[in-house]
Amino acid sequence: MRHQIPLIITFVAGITMIVQYFVPHEPFAALSQQFRIWFLIIATFAMILGVGNIIKIHVERISRARPGWGYSVILLAGLATTAISGIGWGIQPGTIFFYLFWNLLIPLGSTMFALLAFFITSAAYRAFRARTAEATLLLAAAIIVMLSRVPVGTYLWDRFPIVGNWIMDYPNTAGQRAIMIGIALGVVSASLRIILGIERTYMGAGK
Amino acid sequence: MRRYGRRAPYATEFIIGILLLGTSAVQGEALSGPAPVTQVVAIDKPNDSGGSVLIRWKRSADDGAGMMSVKGYEILRSVEREKGYEHLTVVPAGVEEYVDNTTVDGTSYFYIIGATDGVHRTDSDPVGPVMSSAQWFHQGRLNMLIATVLLSGLVLWFINRAKKGKKLYIRPIAGLQAVDEAVGRATEMGRPVLYVPGIQDMDNIQTIAGIVILGRVAERTAQYGTPLIVPTSRSLVMTAAQETVKEAYLNVGRPDAYNPDLIRYLTDDQFGYAAGVDGMMVREKPAAIFYMGAFYAESLILAETGHSTGAIQIAGTAMPAQLPFFVTACDYTLIGEELFAASAYLSKEPLLLGSLKGQDWGKAIFIAILLLGSILASFGHYFLSDWLTTGSL
Repeated sequence: MRHQIPLIITFVAGITMIVQYFVPHEPFAALSQQFRIWFLIIATFAMILGVGNIIKIHVERISRARPGWGYSVILLAGLATTAISGIGWGIQPGTIFFYLFWNLLIPLGSTMFALLAFFITSAAYRAFRARTAEATLLLAAAIIVMLSRVPVGTYLWDRFPIVGNWIMDYPNTAGQRAIMIGIALGVVSASLRIILGIERTYMGAGK
Repeated sequence: MRRYGRRAPYATEFIIGILLLGTSAVQGEALSGPAPVTQVVAIDKPNDSGGSVLIRWKRSADDGAGMMSVKGYEILRSVEREKGYEHLTVVPAGVEEYVDNTTVDGTSYFYIIGATDGVHRTDSDPVGPVMSSAQWFHQGRLNMLIATVLLSGLVLWFINRAKKGKKLYIRPIAGLQAVDEAVGRATEMGRPVLYVPGIQDMDNIQTIAGIVILGRVAERTAQYGTPLIVPTSRSLVMTAAQETVKEAYLNVGRPDAYNPDLIRYLTDDQFGYAAGVDGMMVREKPAAIFYMGAFYAESLILAETGHSTGAIQIAGTAMPAQLPFFVTACDYTLIGEELFAASAYLSKEPLLLGSLKGQDWGKAIFIAILLLGSILASFGHYFLSDWLTTGSL
């Protein structure tokens, strides 16, 4: 029964979502919306599991004085401060939670995002090294597209934008669409395996 | 067509009309309303769950041309043709369509479209009656239905063949052949394996595919006795991953080696998660890193950090925008559909391999249809390409 009930739920929910895509009539349209709301409710309550996991792991690290336990203290203090300030005084402008969110979390996130500029440079350097015929082709295409996007490219040759746009509109779009079609077929096949219960690994029932 | 001042009551329409005509005769076109809209049609909105009527018209001759006086179009509705019209809304000039989402199914409605210049309004003749209703089939998705039935039929047929014991050849996928090599390398080096299942929740098929592959990888790490670290960005993914890994360890007879603390929740925040996983890479120095699931801008932050640690990296995602980053920074990349094929490929179970074979045949058929559509379009016949894109001929 431990595996049968989840399989039945998966089958019913999966078939309903497929039917609602083709049948706009009620009750299917409302049912699919209902399923989405249920998922949100479950996911929200599952946050308790996540927070519990964080507390368990970091309390253990502190109690056993494992390397880096000081960071665990800061993490738990941050978790408690944010949760208490949000639950106690709300999240609207002017509250402690609002201040922490805009002056701590957002700048930290932006800092991580900004690292992308350096990572793109190092990755591009490796990708564009002309060691093989394919890499050389990639390098040539990248240079043309880059020059087509900056004023100096047009200054060097006024047809760079035309060639760059052609690369983006035709070979690039064709490649992207080929991948998308493959993904769509893969999604249908994988969904069918899951809905019919052939694939059960994701619910801890591999064999 | 009727022309009259915007605030004039219907009862005095005739008198005001005479007055306006008289005034127009003296002052030219300045005080008359704009030209009316033409070709007004009102139909039950197709392919919906009822409760809406679609109204279309051709814009006034004074909208963007002529006197250039049209400011918008007022939509009026009534349940009787001759009277009782109530104001619904005003749409801007240039618009030629409005969907009334406030109808009651089974009730007949009449509509008038009034072209207005802000002072005067010129009404169309009433159109109707029209009645909204819910449809039982979305006509525009007939192509999708045929494709789904065809592909599902192929998959089920090949699964049936596999059940009967037919030998199925599956093309080799380099990234999946390297899974054993990666786990073996981690074992030899005495370092852990890091598995990143993306940043989306369990309602995303890529995350499910990632968790399914995790089960196969966990079987290998359990056999070799290599620690498997799985940081997640969603609580539900953490729970699913814990169950999957636990079951994998049980399947290979190593339940004692399972450590739930290695499958941990970090944060829902995208870059907070990237920072957390990067920290693990730098501290734990995993010898093999798997990225399987849905990724966004954090993909390169993770893959470049992993590359800098010297780990063998295998990625798989169906996010086309992130594929170039993984291809650049990882040793092997499962592109799109290969992510969904990975579980079947790694398990070697006949039923799963059957579905993979069906998927490959489906792809061959769709390539043939696309080629045919391209050839027909090249010769000026667009019915196939139109049908493929819109679902209606």
